[in-house]
Amino acid sequence: MSDWTPSQHELDRRRLRRRLRTRSALIATVMTVLVFVAAALVVTGSPGWPSVQELFFNWDDAREALPDIWDAIWLNIKMFLIAEAVILPFAMLIALARVSRSPWLAPLRATAVVYTDVVRGIPTILLVYLLAFGVPALRLQGVTNSAYVWATVALIISYSAYVAEVFRSGIESVHPSQWASAQALGLTRGQTLRHVVVPQGVRRVVPPLLNDFVSLQKDTALASAAAVFEAVFVARDYGNYNFNYTPLVVVSCFFIVMTVPLARLCDWLTARMRRRELAGAL
Amino acid sequence: MSLLSVSGLRKSYGDRLVLDDVSLTVEPHDVICLIGSSGSGKSTLLRCLNLLEDIDDGVITFEGREISDPRVDPREVRSRMGMVFQAYNLFPHLSVLENCTLAPRRVHGVPRAEAEARALLLLERFGLSEHAAKHPDRLSGGQQQRVALVRAMCTSPTLLLLDEITAALDPELVGEVLEIVRAEAEAGMTMVLATHEMAFARDVATSVCFLDRGRILEQGPPAEIFSAPREERTRQFLRRVLPA
Repeated sequence: MSDWTPSQHELDRRRLRRRLRTRSALIATVMTVLVFVAAALVVTGSPGWPSVQELFFNWDDAREALPDIWDAIWLNIKMFLIAEAVILPFAMLIALARVSRSPWLAPLRATAVVYTDVVRGIPTILLVYLLAFGVPALRLQGVTNSAYVWATVALIISYSAYVAEVFRSGIESVHPSQWASAQALGLTRGQTLRHVVVPQGVRRVVPPLLNDFVSLQKDTALASAAAVFEAVFVARDYGNYNFNYTPLVVVSCFFIVMTVPLARLCDWLTARMRRRELAGAL
Repeated sequence: MSLLSVSGLRKSYGDRLVLDDVSLTVEPHDVICLIGSSGSGKSTLLRCLNLLEDIDDGVITFEGREISDPRVDPREVRSRMGMVFQAYNLFPHLSVLENCTLAPRRVHGVPRAEAEARALLLLERFGLSEHAAKHPDRLSGGQQQRVALVRAMCTSPTLLLLDEITAALDPELVGEVLEIVRAEAEAGMTMVLATHEMAFARDVATSVCFLDRGRILEQGPPAEIFSAPREERTRQFLRRVLPA
């Protein structure tokens, strides 16, 4: 192996490959710059741009509203962190109930079907209203009246239904031969799910799962409908007093900053799993 | 002029050298059998010919043109070169007929009626016409691999690459697949195939290549390779795979 030196032909080919790669990179760069510059010119050149800039992109207003938004955004973060932690196991249980076969579990199966069908049919904002205003109105003993808590519960109920269906589609996408080979090893249905089918199914649905979580992060803003002082509520509040809506743009930036790392993390995890499982294969 | 010629082909994955200075010439109507133990580089050689792998040195010429040139569009090459894999790789969401007409219709622009007529003709020839409307997973392994062969031939390639196409089949089903390959060989199809079926190679091949650790150690007509191998490594290999 050490006595091999690339032939002249191979050296030429490498030079050519390099040139083709450089050309691709060049095209990509030029196209990207061109498209974004053109878009910027169209927006800033429009007749209404100065007033839009004044209303939505005002530096002074952004700075003034920042401390309040900074405090309020923690509420959003807490909401979705708690909600995500509850949704994942709860949605998995619903999905497992739906794919169960035991006759004993028939009522559970029916409940899971009805739950996903009904909950997905209700607009999330209505669930927020219903729980945040309805539960306190019941005047139950020992139950919190906090709109913040009940808005979070509404999000959990709504998103569990979506995430359960995502999990179920992942579980059902695993090829039947995997069931067969696990059961041939003597595993029970439950063990097959736990050790073979669910791990494979979950990997496949990481991207749509992420979709739902990004969506959930943004939907924490719905709590503002129940007068919870989260970031969007604060920003709107500022706008109502000062007739400037820059804080809404600031809040958008916060949401973007929160979701991008999550997206990158998921991409990285998926790529790592692929590398491990397909290493050296076709 | 030869249909395909390979010279000085080298391919490595990192430190692992998989093909080392491989040279091979394929004339029209040749049936070249690649034999050798697992890991000797048979599959990699076929994948390099189909431009599925970038090579590290050497030249591959197909129909008089160097296809190892990075400027060559691999799709254009593949539209003239069929390939069948060990694991069938049929598309499970399409019926047998749709599997067979996908490339002719989408790549070669053949009208639907014409593509279907040709596919049905080939399916009929290989005893598969009753399965045309079924989906692949409903067929046996042997039937699936025969469909894969038909699919590869529907585009009328000038060269067919077969990568251990019977390795995943049980012995009973190997015969029905090899029958097709034999019929195609006799009809004059040019083929390069990696195989573990020595009896078949002896019968059908015009030339047999014995690969060992990434090199073509020995090449010749089957009669010569199987009865009077020159190399000790070839003798060892044949002793292990041929029934005494």
